[in-house]
Amino acid sequence: MRVTRRAFLQQSGAGVGLAALHSLLQQEGRCADRNVGPIRTPHFAPKAKRVVVLWQGGAPSHVDLFDPKPGLEALRGSELPESVRSRARLSTMTSAQGRYPILPAIRPFQRYGECGMELSTLLPHTGAIADRLCLVRSLHTEAVNHAPGVTLWMSGSQIPGRPSFGAWTVYGLGSLSSNLPAFVVMTSSDVDKTCGQLFFDHYWGSGFLPSKHQGVRLRAEGDPVLYLADPPGITRELKRGALDDLAALNAKHLAEFGDPEIDTRIAQYELAFKMQASVPELLDLAGEPENVLALYGNDVHREGSFARNCLLARRLLERGVRFVQLMHAGWDQHQNLATQLEVQCRDTDQPSAALVQDLAQRGLLEDTIVLWGGEFGRTVFVQGDVNRRDAHGRDHLGSCFSMWMAGGGFRPGHVHGASDDFAYHPASDPVHVHDLQATLLQQLGFDHTKLTFRHQGRDFRLTDVHGEVVKGIVA
Amino acid sequence: MVVSLLIALARSFAPHGDAPVDAPVDFARDVQPLLSDRCFKCHGPDEAARKAGLRLDSREAALAPAKSGNVAVVPGDVAASELVARITDANPRKRMPPASSGKELSDAERATIVRWIEQGAKWAGHWAWEAPLAAPLSDVRDAAWCREPLDRFVLARLEHEGLAPSVETDPITLLRRVTLALTGLPPTLDEVDAFVADTSRDAYERVVERLLASPHYGERMALAWLDAARYADSNGFQQDGDTYQWVWRDWLVRALNEDVPQDRLATRLLAGDLLPAATALERLDQQVASGLQRCALLNGEGGAIAEEQRNVLVFDRVDVFATTFLGLTAACAQCHDHKYDPITQRDYYSLFAFWNQVPESGVPPGDGQYRIADPWIQAGTPEQHERLAALETAAREADAAVAAALADPAVANAKSEWDARQREAFAQVELGPWDASTPFVEKSFDAAYDFAAGPDTNRERVAVGIAPAEWIPRPDLVDGVVHPLAGDNTAFFFRRAFHVAAPTTLGLHFGSDDALRVRLDGRLVLERKVTRGAAADQERVQVELRAGAHELVLQIVNRGGPGGFWFEARPAAAPPELTPTLTDALARQASARAERDAMRESLPRVMVMSDAQPRATHVLARGNYEAPLDPVDAAPPAFLPPLPADAPRDRLGLAQWLVAPENPLFARVLVNRAWQQFFGSGLVKTAENLGLQGEAPSHPDLLDWLAVELRTTHGWSMKALHHAIVTSATFRQSSRVDGERGAQLLARDPENRLLARGPRQRLPAMMLRDVALAASGLLVPTIGGKPVYPYQPADIWDGLAITKERDFAYPLSSGTDLWRRSLYTFWRRTVAPGNMFDASARQTCKLRSPVTSTPLHALTLLNDPTWVEAARALAQVALQERQKQLDSNGRQGQQQPQVALRLADLDAPLTLAFRRVVARAPDADELALLRRTVERARASFTADRAAAARLLAVGASPRDATLDATFDAVDHAALTVACLMVLNLDEAQTCE
Repeated sequence: MRVTRRAFLQQSGAGVGLAALHSLLQQEGRCADRNVGPIRTPHFAPKAKRVVVLWQGGAPSHVDLFDPKPGLEALRGSELPESVRSRARLSTMTSAQGRYPILPAIRPFQRYGECGMELSTLLPHTGAIADRLCLVRSLHTEAVNHAPGVTLWMSGSQIPGRPSFGAWTVYGLGSLSSNLPAFVVMTSSDVDKTCGQLFFDHYWGSGFLPSKHQGVRLRAEGDPVLYLADPPGITRELKRGALDDLAALNAKHLAEFGDPEIDTRIAQYELAFKMQASVPELLDLAGEPENVLALYGNDVHREGSFARNCLLARRLLERGVRFVQLMHAGWDQHQNLATQLEVQCRDTDQPSAALVQDLAQRGLLEDTIVLWGGEFGRTVFVQGDVNRRDAHGRDHLGSCFSMWMAGGGFRPGHVHGASDDFAYHPASDPVHVHDLQATLLQQLGFDHTKLTFRHQGRDFRLTDVHGEVVKGIVA
Repeated sequence: MVVSLLIALARSFAPHGDAPVDAPVDFARDVQPLLSDRCFKCHGPDEAARKAGLRLDSREAALAPAKSGNVAVVPGDVAASELVARITDANPRKRMPPASSGKELSDAERATIVRWIEQGAKWAGHWAWEAPLAAPLSDVRDAAWCREPLDRFVLARLEHEGLAPSVETDPITLLRRVTLALTGLPPTLDEVDAFVADTSRDAYERVVERLLASPHYGERMALAWLDAARYADSNGFQQDGDTYQWVWRDWLVRALNEDVPQDRLATRLLAGDLLPAATALERLDQQVASGLQRCALLNGEGGAIAEEQRNVLVFDRVDVFATTFLGLTAACAQCHDHKYDPITQRDYYSLFAFWNQVPESGVPPGDGQYRIADPWIQAGTPEQHERLAALETAAREADAAVAAALADPAVANAKSEWDARQREAFAQVELGPWDASTPFVEKSFDAAYDFAAGPDTNRERVAVGIAPAEWIPRPDLVDGVVHPLAGDNTAFFFRRAFHVAAPTTLGLHFGSDDALRVRLDGRLVLERKVTRGAAADQERVQVELRAGAHELVLQIVNRGGPGGFWFEARPAAAPPELTPTLTDALARQASARAERDAMRESLPRVMVMSDAQPRATHVLARGNYEAPLDPVDAAPPAFLPPLPADAPRDRLGLAQWLVAPENPLFARVLVNRAWQQFFGSGLVKTAENLGLQGEAPSHPDLLDWLAVELRTTHGWSMKALHHAIVTSATFRQSSRVDGERGAQLLARDPENRLLARGPRQRLPAMMLRDVALAASGLLVPTIGGKPVYPYQPADIWDGLAITKERDFAYPLSSGTDLWRRSLYTFWRRTVAPGNMFDASARQTCKLRSPVTSTPLHALTLLNDPTWVEAARALAQVALQERQKQLDSNGRQGQQQPQVALRLADLDAPLTLAFRRVVARAPDADELALLRRTVERARASFTADRAAAARLLAVGASPRDATLDATFDAVDHAALTVACLMVLNLDEAQTCE
């Protein structure tokens, strides 16, 4: 005898189909809210609906890439004035270094675009989109070490445990997609693994927010999402049938028990089944035209590369993923500036610019924030021996660094703030990490002081108790 | 007139739905939370942030004139109360609280405040600051319903709300509920059958006794502690070195199983290291207990500023203490006086002082897999310590054998002659003073150790042949004394020139913290890479010297914390080949010592507490360690009772203060967390915060009554409290919310705070896995030990693998370690186990983890090999049972042809599998659905038999090949699919 769902439900006396049962329960208020739309009302009309973070872990040298100081050539090898140096904390890798000789940018700068933005010639592709960029040269942070620096950037505090920016965003705005997670993370690292920067899952964690808001890591090896693949030997059809039976069993229990959580569970199992199809579809690049692949550069064909992740980021954003966080490690050049800086630029410059262009040509850039940068900057003085070019490096510098934004209502073709003569401290319009976070939230429609979550009796927010919106960087 | 309008307004809003408008306003419940949440930020305890000199957190202040001269609250006089004028100002820009704060009052809230003033502005201190008093048991109409005194409080509230409790749940559901609640495991079928068959009055009582005595009780109860303790098996951050804190975890499980009274438990956790101990083992045990405070994140990133990190560690300990033991959120007061609770910044640093005496640098030293920061002890089982004691005895005996060999007059004479010659030669040795280099700080211990021998020729030059001008003369470094050295991951070099007149054999003796390397005339003569404290004569080497000048270069490498070295030159101890007996004895002595040292090093090194480094504590401006203000002494917060007069001003004194009857918080916090564990929500929902911003207790009298009971009647026994809770009528209620009553109950009280029904909670992920393992028979119930590495995706730690400093490949366990309880799964702090969803991140203290439901959870339970293997094993158990039945039905001895399971045959194995997971038997409809799953799967696998084989190959547990004699592998695979669905039932994932 074959037992159909209808037969079961008739047998069990309900006499209604699953859908009818569901609607019945919904009327009774026992069905979970399946709405995927905004879960909190924005405070302003949002300028941006999506975010993609192109994280450059290890901290790119603003001295060499974004903040030209032609005057430094004349000072090559001379000591960085004590009055400049002593106002900023250094890591213990150089705080006891006896000498602090100045090393000017290792490559020339050049003006790009109609706006004439000065960038290193190591970044020609970024230069080509200069008119779309809003570059901030006066950022600063308290952190002098990587993990606390990244943690501050991602969560507003140097100490792990708070929700990440992405988690706050999806907590505030909800999901736009019914079959992909709202917050997706991808990682990559420099090919030679010289950098040693690690990706901790609290960089995309939900802290004290419900864990459904945490980022889901899309992995380059194995299952792209943990446990996405069906067990060996179980076909899609078999899974479908088994899940139908499971849903019927759970629905029966729901009818008897009445707990709306059961209905939520039924819905999540359906979503999981859908994700098993939508994720592979997302990762299948067969439909991408040659010219688009070429835009991202040759590295796009390498699994797990930053270029590949940039293209996938576009595909995710197109499919309604709210927040995409690409984490690249490679910029911690303490003694290999001469070789690795160029390699990192080669691997990230073209794909970063390609993503901006690709989003623009699809009309997505307008309401997508693209953000490029790392946890801090690097010192103008050399770490190590100034006379040994092949061992040149720079230490961490929290007191001044640069980042760029594109799209999402940020002022295009604009440079905000300036640093002092040594790119060591902001000289005008300083922007703290919390200020930038406040501004990013504003573009997403939120007053950063009001997007809060009560935990331990206190209303926590991304910007802790700090942050001022930076008016000059938004259009 | 405005005031009469206000009063009209006030009358139109009753505080609680149907309460009459003149009903008295309850200050603690209705008014204080409003004042705290909406007003205290600017008009609360934080003096620096206070506006207009107005303070609303104390009655005195609120009734006194503010800066303006106006009085905020005039009891009984609404018109004269400035507070009323300000919160009802018609001009929205003047109205308080300001719109920009996002804290505006609703009309009903305004009305509550107005009515409260109208009724005389009765004030009360915050309930949680007063020590709990046992309230008289509430009067109830249906006293017969109550089984435990606690039920009276619950029922009284229900009767007040016009609600009736739910019926008692059925015995099987109750048994599963209580078994999961107390042991984290499902009941076995035998336990279910026995309970159902047991009609005696105390059947349930005896089940509870059995469960409380189970060794799995401690494992279950440890789970919440591990979240509170931010327990992990690694430090976190960049190098994420492993730790041995699992020794503390085992201590905890043992203490919970032994039901160590909570006052003693807390004392050991907080100050075990400061307690007197009768024996060395007892001392060790107490020190291990204090390891709670050393389970924190440690940042070993190159370049980390040690003092900054050290302060972060102390902040973290204050947070764990305040949150876990007091239910207070103190962290706000790091930077300024607390905005809501009366904790001043000074109070905060007075607490801070208790933890500011630890001899630690702030960063974990070292390299390699384990990174253990000072202070630590060598723990180990009593057996291991016995073994160590035996080896120490053996080493002493070997020493004695050397002495005995020397007892032979011939040998002794020869040796003394030899010694005399040596002394004579030694007298000719002219030792110069030490020179020292500047310290070389490296990124890691290894790097500092390899400093001299590294491939970098630039450094080689520095280390081995430092130019004379770079050596600093240190005549103060006299011989025979331990000289302290400071600096983590630092290499120190010492040089000494000396001269011998004639060829000589010389003994060089060293002590070092930690590693050392000795070069003589540029030649390496001794190296020892260890971590230890420096003491006299830890290493020795005998060197042959030609006449003339020599140079000794000593490299000491300190891993972290204090470092140091010790040196002496002595006449050579014994000639190389004096007598066979002596030579032999010396050889045995060397090997005995080596064995003893190896054993010492094999013992787990547990980070524990110590107050060995007294430091002055200051208030830190905005929490900045570089900005000290006033000095403070160690003391509990001033608004709470003072330290007992005779208590020491250290953590031990603090523990005495904590467990004293006057302490208003500790017992309540314990009771509340226990309640949360059994009912999903505490009596105070904000378990981590009993302060003004916390939620008011749903049953204040019950909370206080239980708190007093715990301290007095129960003698701080947590098992006694748990017993009272699980035997109560409240706990035994059905959790169903079906039908009209259920719908109303859900609408009225979705979170079940009124307790008109039993608890229904999704199990934590750790327990979900344990249930799957237990139901399938795979569970290996061994208690305690090193963490294990069950199934995880092979590349789970890939994010970490980019560091070259160590191998971060996942070291998958083999054998029984694959099926241990989840509690023992290695918890890498930077990358939590992939299948432990909704878990605390183990970075900061966490007392509540919200339960969520996402597709990722479904993917885990459907596809993770952990569950697939469990389903396969569960199907196997069911088939084995079926085979037994077939055999006992008179088929023994006959070789049966392999037969496909007929539909009718399926019911028994399906029922068995179902019961092993959810305890109850499936009904006919459920069986029909499960049969359909089997049929679908059978069709799929019959078409592709290889697919069945692939499914049956999941997991390392061997498949019972004897099943093939009776059943087709396709049937086993098909039943596996059905079992996987059973493990995925909502009911299977829930304690209901």
